[in-house]
Amino acid sequence: MLVKLLSGDKPNSVVLTIILLIILVCLALAPFLFPGVRSLETAARICIFIVLVASYDLLLGYTGIVSFAHTMFFGLGAYGVALASDHLGRGFGPLLLGTTLGALAAGVLAVLIGLFSLRVRAIFFAMITLAVASAVAVLVSQFSTITGGEDGLNYSIPRALTPAFRLGEIAGVKINGKILNYYLIFFCSGALFLLLLRIVNSPFGRVLEAIRENEFRAEAIGYKVVWYRTAATCLSAAVAALAGSLFAIWLRYVGPDTTLSFEIMLDILLMVVIGGMGTMYGAVIGATIFVLAQNYLQNLMGVAEEATANLPLLPHFLDPDRWLMWLGVLFILSVYFFPTGIVGRLRAGRQG
Amino acid sequence: MSAAPDHTPTFAALSLSDRLEKAAPFLLVPVLVVLGFFAIGTTSSWLTLTVSGLAMGMMIFIMASGLTLVFGLMDVINFGHGAFISVGAYVGISVLLALSGWTGAPSLVLNILAVLLAVFAAIAVTGALGWGFERVIVRPVYGAHLKQILVTVGGLIVIEQLIQMVWGPEEIFLTRPEMLKGAVTFAGAAVEKYRLLAVVIGLILFVAMRMVLLRTKIGLIVRAGVANGEMVEALGYRLRIVFIGVFIAGSALAGLGGVMWGLYQEVITAGMGEEMMILVFIVVIIGGLGSVEGAFIGALLVGLLQNYLAFLEPKLALISNIALMAAILMWRPQGMLPVVKAK
Amino acid sequence: MSDPILTLSGVHTDIAQYHILEGVDLQVPRGGVTMLLGRNGVGKTTTLRTIIGHWKAKSGTISFDGSDITALPVPARARAGIGFVPEDMGIFGDLSVEENMVLAAVSGPLDPARLDWLFTVFPPLKTFWKSPAGTLSGGQKQMLSIARAMAEDRRLYLIDEPTKGLAPAIISTMAGALRELKRQGASILLVEQNFSVAKALGDTVAVMENGRIIWTGEMAQLATDAALQERLMGLSMEAH
Repeated sequence: MLVKLLSGDKPNSVVLTIILLIILVCLALAPFLFPGVRSLETAARICIFIVLVASYDLLLGYTGIVSFAHTMFFGLGAYGVALASDHLGRGFGPLLLGTTLGALAAGVLAVLIGLFSLRVRAIFFAMITLAVASAVAVLVSQFSTITGGEDGLNYSIPRALTPAFRLGEIAGVKINGKILNYYLIFFCSGALFLLLLRIVNSPFGRVLEAIRENEFRAEAIGYKVVWYRTAATCLSAAVAALAGSLFAIWLRYVGPDTTLSFEIMLDILLMVVIGGMGTMYGAVIGATIFVLAQNYLQNLMGVAEEATANLPLLPHFLDPDRWLMWLGVLFILSVYFFPTGIVGRLRAGRQG
Repeated sequence: MSAAPDHTPTFAALSLSDRLEKAAPFLLVPVLVVLGFFAIGTTSSWLTLTVSGLAMGMMIFIMASGLTLVFGLMDVINFGHGAFISVGAYVGISVLLALSGWTGAPSLVLNILAVLLAVFAAIAVTGALGWGFERVIVRPVYGAHLKQILVTVGGLIVIEQLIQMVWGPEEIFLTRPEMLKGAVTFAGAAVEKYRLLAVVIGLILFVAMRMVLLRTKIGLIVRAGVANGEMVEALGYRLRIVFIGVFIAGSALAGLGGVMWGLYQEVITAGMGEEMMILVFIVVIIGGLGSVEGAFIGALLVGLLQNYLAFLEPKLALISNIALMAAILMWRPQGMLPVVKAK
Repeated sequence: MSDPILTLSGVHTDIAQYHILEGVDLQVPRGGVTMLLGRNGVGKTTTLRTIIGHWKAKSGTISFDGSDITALPVPARARAGIGFVPEDMGIFGDLSVEENMVLAAVSGPLDPARLDWLFTVFPPLKTFWKSPAGTLSGGQKQMLSIARAMAEDRRLYLIDEPTKGLAPAIISTMAGALRELKRQGASILLVEQNFSVAKALGDTVAVMENGRIIWTGEMAQLATDAALQERLMGLSMEAH
């Protein structure tokens, strides 16, 4: 039953299984294990980024194409929910409508981009997605009457999902709408992750991997490479948009910085590479480590900066504003020395 | 036995429509300029916009030329190219700011000297940086596009962050040297001096680049290498060394483009290279990967279209580049002048 | 066979996950034409590409004129004196015939006397000197490709199927050119499917099968022994 739920794709490493179980339990019981606004915030972010990163891995790891438009699709889902809630008022109907429209728009746009770029050379895709994503980001910030521009949009979601909705107490923890909201996020993310796991382990997923390994051979066997790549792009975009919708439901706010910025794109890339490309479980590990580090390590850098304040040069490198630089270095090093990521290492260790 | 008759080279048989098809990319810029004239209506505005469009195009071309050759020659796609643009701008502008006594003086000689020094500093630093970048970042990932993209993006982030560390996170404002301020009036149109200069420099560089590519042996090796690197090596040329040279030259040109762009905008930011990269990629794609001529035409199209539309329909200008790219790729999926690979 | 110009011993080459050469032992004698024969897909092209260095030998050694070149990069092998004419001719189509030839002179300017000689061997090159090489006919491209390899004095020429897809009249020009090259004392390793051409040009023969050399000997012997031809190369020869 459990194996079937995982589509037969077992973690294949004892250590990995244990880590995944710990993450699962911590996320499932987060409101009770780690009470407090900030830790719940972190847990929800981890859930959402697991889906976002896993959907990106469907492209990067399984299909072998690099996209820089993943935040754009993420943003489409988020803005879908925001605009629907903004115009139609609070309610589950607008949430559902916004989510659906966002995912549809993402899918259609992905097909269009795919048809333009994947037809010729896969590397066109990286450049074209970068250009399209930046154009969309500019449009969002310019058409402020619709999108709220740089300020973004605040909107209301159903009361049942807000802290104002109180239900009582379980195990000393006050149950309110925010916790219900968290579980909505948790279960939706879980379902989407299992769906992605199913996709990559289906015959469709196998064809994608065959194309990644040897495009010409796959074409020669008779698979329409462009079709498969475009379909993967479309699926990946739609799931990213769904993750964006969840994010919008959780935050009750969308803005260019939280959904569309190039920085988030880099975060996603880093999470995929660190976790392990081409393994859905890598997304879980990568997203968890990264979000935790982002939330807590930056503080640590601040402390380290102060501690070394009297030394020359060093404090400049430890400035929390230099967070991104260290990510860049880490990124390069992982691609060189750690191309299979943490999951790859753990699995290799089991065999060795 | 499909060999053509032995005595006629096939190009003699090209029909008029074939020729037109071949020449079409070269006609696009003049056609756009003429269309712009009719759409805008007034000669003076049209002239002003055309010059600024050409100036912008030339600067983008300077930044893009190295990238397209690097790709053509070694199949290396460098997402970190934008870092050279930023570094060039920061180094060049720092020199100019340090020489503010010279740039502020109304003396033509001192002005020119200051700008030349700034340009040389930018070229030297970005050239050296390009050499290091090739060694450290690019060399370990030859032949693997996926890794190239990832690693060079990483390189871009690190260099941008280092810029912020050295020069601070705030944008830097500057004023152009005295002699580059102001405009000349021509046929009732005010044309900024600096834009004219940018057009002239761009043209000179384009012509020089073509001369090198067409008339020198190094140029021959580069052109042949773009088409079929394996064969160039089999003849006995060390293509790697040529490639490193092109990489360094391309980085230095990006640095030069950065200085010019900084002087054009009169403000520089660490992220400017990243922003310019998007235009550079569009230009390289629509020009046809590996083609210097294609990048030149593409850059002029981007610059002109953006300036015309910004005047005619400002909101439309936001997506003019994407629309241009989509249109060109629908017409020619490989870009306007793709380099024909022999294999 | 004393003092061969090229010796391959136990050369294995992989292309991606495929094991193509499985221990090639081959000696190319100094002067004269060695034919490399065999069915399609037995590894003839891979052998030539391994010698010039486009594929790296996984194991085994390649020695050229007494020195081990197994670890040398491609350009160094070329400069050591190996000329290469690939199966696809490797013409630079955007460059003119002249530019192709100028490039072929690696160590300096093109020698005018040598060029005149090449013009007499391949007259079309002179006619289309300024034309883009991409507009030449297939036969003319093949002439250019061989002329390019001959632009400088090389000690060994690796030539991959120079008559493939050519009209009979052009094949005889090509054969004449190779004979001319041979007369100058060059050593040639030639892959050829056209057995009548092979018979006319070859001095010695190596036959490949499944990534190995299975037979070496004199052309004279193979040419007269139909049973041997049948056994070594089977049906591939019937087409010609």
